[in-house]
Amino acid sequence: MEKKFGKATRDAYGEALVEIGGKDPSVVVMDADLSKSTKSALFGEKFRDRFFNVGIQEANLVGVAAGLASCGKIPFISSFASFLVSKGFDQFRMAVAFSELNVKVVGSHGGITVGEDGASQMSIEDIALMTSLPGFVVILPCDEVSARALVFEMAKHVGPVYMRTGRPKAPVIYKSGTEFKIGKGVRLREGKDITIIANGFEVFESLEAADRLADEGISASVIDMHTVKPLDTDLILEEARRTGHVLVAEEHQIWGGLGSAIATFLAKKHPCKMGFVAIQDTFAESGKAEELLEKYGLTSPHIVKTAKKILGR
Amino acid sequence: MEKLSIEQLKQKARLIRRHIVEMTGAAASGHPGGSLSATEILVALYFDLMNHNPQDPQWPDRDRLVLSKGHASPALYAALAEAGYFDPKTLKDFRKLGSPLQGHPDRRKLPGVEASTGSLGQGLSIGIGMALARRLDQKNYYTYVITSDGELNEGQTWEAAAMAAHHKVDHLIAFLDDNKFQLDDATENICDMRPVADKWKAFRWRTFEIDGHDLKEILKTVEKAKKIKGQPVIIIAHTVKGKGVSFMEGNNAFHGVAPTEEQVQKALKELE
Repeated sequence: MEKKFGKATRDAYGEALVEIGGKDPSVVVMDADLSKSTKSALFGEKFRDRFFNVGIQEANLVGVAAGLASCGKIPFISSFASFLVSKGFDQFRMAVAFSELNVKVVGSHGGITVGEDGASQMSIEDIALMTSLPGFVVILPCDEVSARALVFEMAKHVGPVYMRTGRPKAPVIYKSGTEFKIGKGVRLREGKDITIIANGFEVFESLEAADRLADEGISASVIDMHTVKPLDTDLILEEARRTGHVLVAEEHQIWGGLGSAIATFLAKKHPCKMGFVAIQDTFAESGKAEELLEKYGLTSPHIVKTAKKILGR
Repeated sequence: MEKLSIEQLKQKARLIRRHIVEMTGAAASGHPGGSLSATEILVALYFDLMNHNPQDPQWPDRDRLVLSKGHASPALYAALAEAGYFDPKTLKDFRKLGSPLQGHPDRRKLPGVEASTGSLGQGLSIGIGMALARRLDQKNYYTYVITSDGELNEGQTWEAAAMAAHHKVDHLIAFLDDNKFQLDDATENICDMRPVADKWKAFRWRTFEIDGHDLKEILKTVEKAKKIKGQPVIIIAHTVKGKGVSFMEGNNAFHGVAPTEEQVQKALKELE
């Protein structure tokens, strides 16, 4: 698997937003003083009257978005995932999810690949929090192409959506123009021994792991599960029935992420051998993104090791 | 809607108070104290000031009301019912299983409820969003928010205050139901927010202070507030918690405790 970097998913978000905003005048964008980093500033430069920077205040940001949505606007709000999700959580719960309002939320700088800024800036719990809210769609794209397409999909979807984007440039997985649907995972490789289900940066690591496993005679499926909620249970069930071994890889705290969601589903429908590559109930630290992925057990060698353990090899 | 005289509005206020007492009594739970303190504000809004249509609750040009102090739901429900949004007979189902009259307002369940509230501090932000949508759509409606002195403890209130002034949000008129109490005790004994008016002025809100039970003063002040451009408005309404029922007035025991059957009868006699 050749590693070729494309744009960061946050760049794809900012660019898609400008296009969506040009077509739909009901789109309103807001940010909490991080618009240059989340890339919502691209929209702000073009559509000044429909862009509001509220300052460093996440709770109010979410509440204002709810008010706009109740009047028929389609607000997109963004900030760092770490701050937006935790400081805006009660507002997401009450003013957005419970109120069933059409608010689009994009948390950038998700996961530990934030890098040098350190643990305070790293959201490792956003997926757990946002999937816990009834009615919220939760998306974690892996590259520029899927991020862009899924921003268009989230704009079309009626109802609250959360998307995590990332800071660093993302390895290219998809060809430009590939289509995506909310709640439909993508089978990138079809194997017969084990199924690796991943999202975000772990999709590339999983493909790399599948190559290494192939060298050792192990045939692995790789699924990009870009939507954590609603989960593509049909695809998971089909894979689990065929390979009988499921490994989930995610750049997220092991409690409450994609792995937990899949394990809960399979425990009910098709119990099988499972393994989990995730952040093991700890906070990370400053460092380069790739160093952190290695130290916290999220690179392809860790996936290979876990896969072999599940398979008993 | 025909214009009501002050005397007729006062009668409405008495009627709303009777509903509040009966509803909380029947539910054996709820928040009578803070509902009774907000009664005149709601009466002035629903029976005089607001441009709304109970037959068309989603009319895009309607004025909006966000009850940020969601625990005063009995007062809101009683006003909505008497205004014609639903049959006042439904009020007896307050807080019952399956009822649209939830303990705290739920916009999905009851026509006329503009925002789901009950987690304090959120209403002002929601009101700002509605007022910004008005500006973008070049409409003329007003957004009213009813907040409370206890709610001033919440940090989000001040995020909203700063942001609304900075973005020159107008057509936004907030009432502060300043009834001097919060759940645990008098507000001055919990987290004293005084000087309250000075704080709002410092946050660059046009600030008025009135007697929150004087209907004439409420109407007059809102007429002034509606003319203010480029700035949000707050009307600090000095009120009495439990107003209108002698044994509830200034008695914080009735913050979140319903009257007994005997107390209901006593209160209704006073409110004849």
